[in-house]
Amino acid sequence: MAYGETETAVRTPPAALLSASTALGLVAALTACGPGEDSGDQTLTYWASNQGASVEEDQEVLRPALDRFTEETGVEVELEVVPWSELYNRILTAVSSGDAPDVLNIGNTWAASLQETGAFVPFEGEDLQAVGGEERFVGTSFATGGAEGEAPTSVPLYGLSYALFYNPTMFAEAGIEEPPATWEEFVDTADELTRDTDGDGEIDQYGFVTEGGNERQNSHMAFILGQQQGGALWGEDGPTFSSDEQVAAVKQWVDLMAVEEVVDPSSAEFSDGTQGISDFVDGRAAMTIVQGSARTTMAARGFDDYEVAQVPMPDPLPGEPVQSHTAGINISVFNDTDDKEGALRLVEHLTSPEEQVYLSQEFQTLPVATEAYESEELQSESMDTFRTILAEHSAPMPLIPEEGQMETVLGGAISDLFARVATGDEVTEADVRQAMEEAETQMDAAN
Amino acid sequence: MNETRGFRWFRRIVLTFLTVFTVLPLYVLVVTSVKPLENVRGAFTWLPERVTLQPYVDMWTTIPLARYLTNSLVVTTTATVLALVVAVLAAYPLSRLRFRGKRLFSMTVLSTQMFPGILFLLPLFLIFVRLEDFTGIEFTGSYTGLIITYLTFALPFSIWMLAGYFSAIPEGLEEAAMIDGTGRIGALVRVILPVARPGILAVGVFAFITAWGEVLFASVLTDTETRTLSIGLKLYTSQTDTLWNELLAASLTISLPVVVAFMLVQRYLVSGLSAGAVK
Amino acid sequence: MSTTEEQGSDAAEDLSAAGPAREPGGRRPRRPGWFLPYGMVLPAAVLELLVHVIPMALGIYIAFTSLTQLTIRRWTTAPLVGFENFVRGLDPGNALGSALFESLFRTTVYTVLVVGLSWVLGMAAAVALNTRFRGRGVLRTLFLVPYALPVYVAAILWAFMFNQRDGMVNQLLVQDLGVLDERPFWLIGENAFWVLVIVSVWRLWPFAFLMLLAALQSIPEDMYEAAAIDGASTWRRFTGITLPMVRSANAVVLLVMGLWTFNEFNIPFLLFGDVSPESARLISPLIYEHSFVNWNFGLGAAMSVLLLIALIIASAVYVRMVLPKGSGNE
Repeated sequence: MAYGETETAVRTPPAALLSASTALGLVAALTACGPGEDSGDQTLTYWASNQGASVEEDQEVLRPALDRFTEETGVEVELEVVPWSELYNRILTAVSSGDAPDVLNIGNTWAASLQETGAFVPFEGEDLQAVGGEERFVGTSFATGGAEGEAPTSVPLYGLSYALFYNPTMFAEAGIEEPPATWEEFVDTADELTRDTDGDGEIDQYGFVTEGGNERQNSHMAFILGQQQGGALWGEDGPTFSSDEQVAAVKQWVDLMAVEEVVDPSSAEFSDGTQGISDFVDGRAAMTIVQGSARTTMAARGFDDYEVAQVPMPDPLPGEPVQSHTAGINISVFNDTDDKEGALRLVEHLTSPEEQVYLSQEFQTLPVATEAYESEELQSESMDTFRTILAEHSAPMPLIPEEGQMETVLGGAISDLFARVATGDEVTEADVRQAMEEAETQMDAAN
Repeated sequence: MNETRGFRWFRRIVLTFLTVFTVLPLYVLVVTSVKPLENVRGAFTWLPERVTLQPYVDMWTTIPLARYLTNSLVVTTTATVLALVVAVLAAYPLSRLRFRGKRLFSMTVLSTQMFPGILFLLPLFLIFVRLEDFTGIEFTGSYTGLIITYLTFALPFSIWMLAGYFSAIPEGLEEAAMIDGTGRIGALVRVILPVARPGILAVGVFAFITAWGEVLFASVLTDTETRTLSIGLKLYTSQTDTLWNELLAASLTISLPVVVAFMLVQRYLVSGLSAGAVK
Repeated sequence: MSTTEEQGSDAAEDLSAAGPAREPGGRRPRRPGWFLPYGMVLPAAVLELLVHVIPMALGIYIAFTSLTQLTIRRWTTAPLVGFENFVRGLDPGNALGSALFESLFRTTVYTVLVVGLSWVLGMAAAVALNTRFRGRGVLRTLFLVPYALPVYVAAILWAFMFNQRDGMVNQLLVQDLGVLDERPFWLIGENAFWVLVIVSVWRLWPFAFLMLLAALQSIPEDMYEAAAIDGASTWRRFTGITLPMVRSANAVVLLVMGLWTFNEFNIPFLLFGDVSPESARLISPLIYEHSFVNWNFGLGAAMSVLLLIALIIASAVYVRMVLPKGSGNE
């Protein structure tokens, strides 16, 4: 009988749709009634993002900070550290269902997109003052809170920026004293450091490493190098990936593997954000450009033989002196919260200079409160470097709702270019332009 | 069955190939799980530079593995048992009784297998939240929603397979029982179920494994407390590093209960009609 | 002997015709029992309605709305836009539509390969292990291990093995066996598609094996003995007895494996991350990208509906082409 049934099952498909449409009636009945009333208990729920080596470690770091908050205010905080792989979908379900925490962390490049949902409390007027006012925050970081010209719906919590990491031992071995200051010097230095150290005919030390398959990093670098070339990823009418400046920027980036050959082709496959750092730690590469949070990985690997320098820029510079996008994690308050006042106080607490000093040391991030930089504990050369980059040489990724999609589409296109180089194809300027044009059409078609 | 030489050769070749295909990755799994992390990071070696059981110790503290294991066992076992009960109940009338709406029902059930999970992930979540508001029962972030979901995921295929297995059982068997005064349900429980045991076990294994490995729905229906293994394991990969050896050690450890459970039932999987009650 | 023979032919014939005709209820009208089938089916019906049918109906409804980040918070009031999502997403003339149809074609090839290979392996193993010899219990268990591993583990284990620089596969092919001179890339470029097929087959074939083995168990041994006396070859016995006897199981196993494989999301997502290499871009990850990365649920839903329709048509064709051929002979 099993097949008797199979046969009929498929012969008359509309019946399945019919039963589906009767179900629609039920749906309507379900949705007609409003959500139930929440009970107003005085506990805040907080979704934190994963910043440290593990979710458990994050809990251990955040617990004392939250306990201090409870001591001050008497408000308890229920903490959940949500791994990055789940955070975006959890926010989505929270926004759409109203089954949400009071306070949560978001990647700052999501800010404009989440702002459009209207699910978060806008920080303006009294609400902004309640979290310390605009003057509390590092200006560039504060600017990532939402689309331009609208009240931000998130304020910065952890600041991050790219920097050039280099291995001083390898530099010394090659007789190089200073980190490269310009892009041209950078390419030369990388070339000198790309060597066959054990004489077996195979290169075992590369001048530079980047994750060719990492869409996010690729799109960030396209932004940074594009800014330096005088280009932009987004114009008034949408994506401008294929402008001359952007094509030049992407070509410049891919050429590190294709033409200069200072990047190991194997890294075209790297994508998880740690493999590139691994090569740097293992001495397979002398330089890398990554965000400051990479220091957690290096520390976890027991590696401290590195120095930090500013990201090299072409000289003369055709465009803006941008060395990093304004990276970091922001914090938002849900509109549906029962205790907006408490939620805002929690945001105020976590962004206060005292907690910022504590958190930035634990998570290897940069304080978002200007005052925190004066703290004794944070005085170091590398901190100065990062701070300079974040405060003076960073600009936010385009503050548009399509940002997430842009990172996947544009970054994916660059990954494909790296893959072509690694598998032996030649990638010309025309190829880059074509890839960028295709990415543009993809963005246009979807929006 | 008497075996020809050709068949023996066929058996040897097939089984050798499949054993290699199955074992090679499993070998990598085992050998990596006893390597120190430095050894895992470099080029692959067939043997560990040094055998260490440290990953098997550390894996319990890096993430709350024991809690995830408990969650998975509770959710999966409950869902499997319930799925079997519900599927047996539904499969029996499909294969034996005549009733209006039978075709519509079986058709709808099978066509659910065409639904892309991605399409109804969000709607399902929204419905659960609505139900929460009405009933006061926690459907999200608790076991309930996940059990209901997994139980239902296993149903369509289970019902169809069981209906097929039941149909292969001669009706004479239960008619005899019913003449003796046993009711339909009694005949089902006492006559059909023992005979259909291999089918029921196979379907049970299927239901268990479907729930054991599910990723997409678990990621939105659970929270820190109720997170299941299949997504919990991801946490060996953090922002900073992937602890390959611990991840693989944990994978191996959590697969053991499944493998052992299967070893226990596999004997029964091969009894049944030909060897069993019919003769 | 007579019992089993009858049972054998029963099992085969029954499948298309017998059920309703020999309904015991017809023999003696039991009016109080009319609700019995409904009562038995009810729990399954309620669950299916709750978890599959209603959410799916909602999903189809969403395909006709503009559900984006602008409207997601009040999703019940998302504006209806008619067929706009379909027009935009499914027009082969624009970048979106052409990407969709390309991946639809690729997914079809992938499904045929994966299901075909899994079925062949599963059937071969089931036939081989349905005989008595030492160690068959061990193998039966071993073969199910790939299926028992959570898909996350299976996928990243293979990704680990296919790593270009340090992976086991290149170690074996280049260093140990010397089959290749250069270490090829597996997870990027053209090879990614084959990796996807291999990993999917590794995961899926034990399922075919499990179900077919259970089905083989229902074939009475006497039938083979009788055939052996008649001098039928092993192959003849396979095509003449085994295949027809497991056809009912086969029909469902092949169909659901096809449907699952077509909708496969986890393996490509875990192997390649957010964006698969072009050669391995399947349809479900594409829909996921539109729905969950870009939060354009209307568009994602419209694409899913297309997928659904394609699957309904494919299933109908499958049923017409494959099944009646057999049942006509009986």
